[in-house]
Amino acid sequence: MSEHHAHEIRQATRKYIYVFLALLLGTVITVVAAYVPFGSRSLNVAVALLIASAKAFLVAGFFMHLISEKKLIYGLLGATGFFFAGLMFLIVWSNADQFLSIFR
Amino acid sequence: MDIPHTVEARPDTGLYNAKVGIWLFLASEVMLFGALFSSYILLRVGAEAWPHGLLSVPIGTFNTVVLITSSITVVLAWASLKLGDLSRFKLYQGCTVLLALTFVAVKSFEYRDKFTHYYVRLQDGTELNGHLAGNPLNWTAANLADTNRVGASITFHPDAAGGEGEGAHGGHAEPIELTAANVAKLESWGPWRSTYLAIYFTLTGLHALHVIGGALVIAYLWGPGSRMWRSDPERFTNRVEVCGLFWHFVDLVWIFLFPVLYLL
Amino acid sequence: MTATTHPGSTATAHAAGGHAPHAGPTGFLWKYVFSTDHKVIGIQYGLTALVFLLLGYGLMALMRWQLAYPGQPIPVFGELLLRALGPDMADRGIMTPDLYNSFGAMHGTIMVFLAVVPLAFGAFGNYVVPLQIGAPDMAFPKINMASYWCYFAGGVVMLVSFFIPGGAAKSGWTSYSPLATVADLAHRFDGQTFWLMGMVLLITSSLLGSVNFIATIIQLRAKGMGWLRLPFFVWAQFVTAFLLLLAFPPLEAAGIMQLMDNLLGTSFFLPTGLVVSGRPLDVSGGGSPLLWQHLFWFLGHPEVYVLILPAMGIVAEVLANNTRKPLFGYKSLVYSALAIGFLSFIVWAHHMYLTGMGTKISTFFQTTTMMISIPSVIILTALFISLWGGSIRFNTPMLFALAFLPMFGIGGLTGLPLGFSATDIQLHDTYYVIGHFHYVVAPGTIFALFAGIYYWFPKATGRMMNEYWGRVHFVLSFIFMNLVFLPMFVQGLEGMSRRRDDGGATYAAGEGVYGLSLALKLNVGISHAAWLLGVAQVPFMINLFWSLWRGPKVVSDNPWQATTLEWATPTPPPHGNFTHRPVVYRGPYDYSLPGSPTDYAPQNLPA
Repeated sequence: MSEHHAHEIRQATRKYIYVFLALLLGTVITVVAAYVPFGSRSLNVAVALLIASAKAFLVAGFFMHLISEKKLIYGLLGATGFFFAGLMFLIVWSNADQFLSIFR
Repeated sequence: MDIPHTVEARPDTGLYNAKVGIWLFLASEVMLFGALFSSYILLRVGAEAWPHGLLSVPIGTFNTVVLITSSITVVLAWASLKLGDLSRFKLYQGCTVLLALTFVAVKSFEYRDKFTHYYVRLQDGTELNGHLAGNPLNWTAANLADTNRVGASITFHPDAAGGEGEGAHGGHAEPIELTAANVAKLESWGPWRSTYLAIYFTLTGLHALHVIGGALVIAYLWGPGSRMWRSDPERFTNRVEVCGLFWHFVDLVWIFLFPVLYLL
Repeated sequence: MTATTHPGSTATAHAAGGHAPHAGPTGFLWKYVFSTDHKVIGIQYGLTALVFLLLGYGLMALMRWQLAYPGQPIPVFGELLLRALGPDMADRGIMTPDLYNSFGAMHGTIMVFLAVVPLAFGAFGNYVVPLQIGAPDMAFPKINMASYWCYFAGGVVMLVSFFIPGGAAKSGWTSYSPLATVADLAHRFDGQTFWLMGMVLLITSSLLGSVNFIATIIQLRAKGMGWLRLPFFVWAQFVTAFLLLLAFPPLEAAGIMQLMDNLLGTSFFLPTGLVVSGRPLDVSGGGSPLLWQHLFWFLGHPEVYVLILPAMGIVAEVLANNTRKPLFGYKSLVYSALAIGFLSFIVWAHHMYLTGMGTKISTFFQTTTMMISIPSVIILTALFISLWGGSIRFNTPMLFALAFLPMFGIGGLTGLPLGFSATDIQLHDTYYVIGHFHYVVAPGTIFALFAGIYYWFPKATGRMMNEYWGRVHFVLSFIFMNLVFLPMFVQGLEGMSRRRDDGGATYAAGEGVYGLSLALKLNVGISHAAWLLGVAQVPFMINLFWSLWRGPKVVSDNPWQATTLEWATPTPPPHGNFTHRPVVYRGPYDYSLPGSPTDYAPQNLPA
């Protein structure tokens, strides 16, 4: 194993630790934010999901190395994300009358 | 002829077979959990009332931290292999297995808590929630009728006032005696109790199965599977990486499950 | 290698690699039962699926008796049903409504999930795809074996469900909730529970299969096999694998939820205030029956393209080979297949116009439904134009492939009125729908699968199938298929419901109801045609097994003078497939190149 390569891995390890700390911080913020009244429950939901997405980005981006992955994987996940969004959005849309009622 | 690219990456894709495979598998997992999350949304917006505070936030937070920690140990284990250090790999990966077991143990404790918490409707129409004396698991009215096992009655400790949702962890009010004659319906807070509990048990149950499956594979790679390190270190490192990708995904799902089920 | 006379043989001789083929596993059990070789697994899939195809046909043939002669005991088989399933199901040999319902549900389930998809995807995909891309095997051979055995276990669970108390699932292959949950409240482990457990196994099987297919096509293409040099069949399987990979998991989720509804008493799909047999159901309620339909059709519609895309792939291969000219518009075929794959994920709710989900979303799904017909028409048109100016060889595979074109055309075009919500209100749940999708799948896909069997049989066995009996099989199948399904459009337009076990007699009770008496009379004719269709398969069955041992041996590894790589292997291909790593120099359909000594140039022939 080359010295250069070993150096890279050690750098990456340091990065992993930072990500880990950020995730712990994110967890604390999620819990605290859930008890802060933002005015409406929808807003609380939005904040919680935003924090969860940020944490998910950290896990996927750094632990799963998606930040520097091959094009093929991006393509696959892009398509999956699209169909997932379609599934969720269209199901919700077809029940739109129910969905809108929670904002009333 | 051997199958190409089991270890070395294919030049035009830059990937070895198993890595393509695991990402494809994860893509389908996204759709699986995605469908369940969609169901969650639909059930929630269609519900007359959505319960809050049924689950213990400190326990959930603890489990979140456990899973996040297991994610970092997995990635550090892989990095150790990249540095050629098998013993550190074993240390980290051993931690991962222990953390996974902790997670499952905590989760089953939470499940037990639900199956020993009861809803009862008396013959006079009174509806109560609370605990049975001795905390029996998952009883129904049929158990009350079975006098051989129970005796004539069992003491029921209702939760403190505060409604179905908030009463789960409150103090106990005046106990009453339940008999087969005065009970119309008795059921624990299992998945049948409400659509919230149904989706809670489905999502966390499926997630727990993923945790157990992942832990088994990690334990295999930690134990007998690690012999491959001597014969084919590169392939072994790949296996650890692929298995790690699955583990991070399981962690990632939990990151969404925790706020969605415990907090919102 | 047997006598090799095709022009590509010189190329393989000096191609890169130079490994000798692996010695395969020895012992009957490891060689033929728990094999990891993609060819053996393909044949296992194929034979199992053919058995299920026959069984699925058999269920329908019995149902057709009830439709033609309602309330009369079934000859011969009635006695058997009585003995096997008891008087609750077949009293005095008469099919009860419960039995009719469960046969209907299981006919659909078996045909779609256990027969046609495993044959099109599992069998042909497994056998042909690695050969066509020049790979020694699938990327994950053990997972491939697991995929087959999950499928097998799923099939066994489905079969066992016929014999449990209460009988097999009886809520249609779509298993709509809450009907599916409350259909048999007397039994906790009822037919529906078995159906769901079987489906979880089948879904696992296709998941493992599709991961394997995609990884194989991406990673194991031979040197020089660029994306636009892939045979169209491989493209079709590639898109199919993606559909299975991403569309099945939501059904798995739905299946788990319905299983919880059935076994644990949850209310995912059970609405508040549900009353069954005059009594309120003792459940928490609050669930959404529409949710099941959404999740089911999110798979259900892509599944239609899972059925049709491999068939199109087979037809394209056979057409190019027997017209002796390149396919017209190869690139537009490929892009159309990709477009179909993409669009098929966002059309599903056109099965749900009658649920009252709102006009705006209906309009959205109408629009996407009309859009998806465009690439389908492009493919069909390109295949038709491919015939233009070819010197066509009318052998058995070609006859089936040619018949596919108009049959699929009828199936596709009759789908358009169903895609519009206004016309669908009239046609929904009538025999018109049955006619429509059977034209796509039965004379469409199944004809293409027959074409594939006749076409690749010499590669798999080293012997040709009998040509004369192949033609007899074709002509009879073609006639009876149309006699079965064409009258159904008439019945449907007369408003005959597809669900009634009396064949619509209740609707015709009123005197002088226009047209319905005709619709009822047609039932008798359809039934006879359906039984004769079964008789028409006898020559095929005999031909298949007779040719296996007695068919004329092939004199060449490439008896059809084809261009794609599967014909560059020894016959039948050994473990590891190729004697040398093949190298690809040209596109898949280099037929009748001007100035070439032969009228075909295999992909591994240096340019």
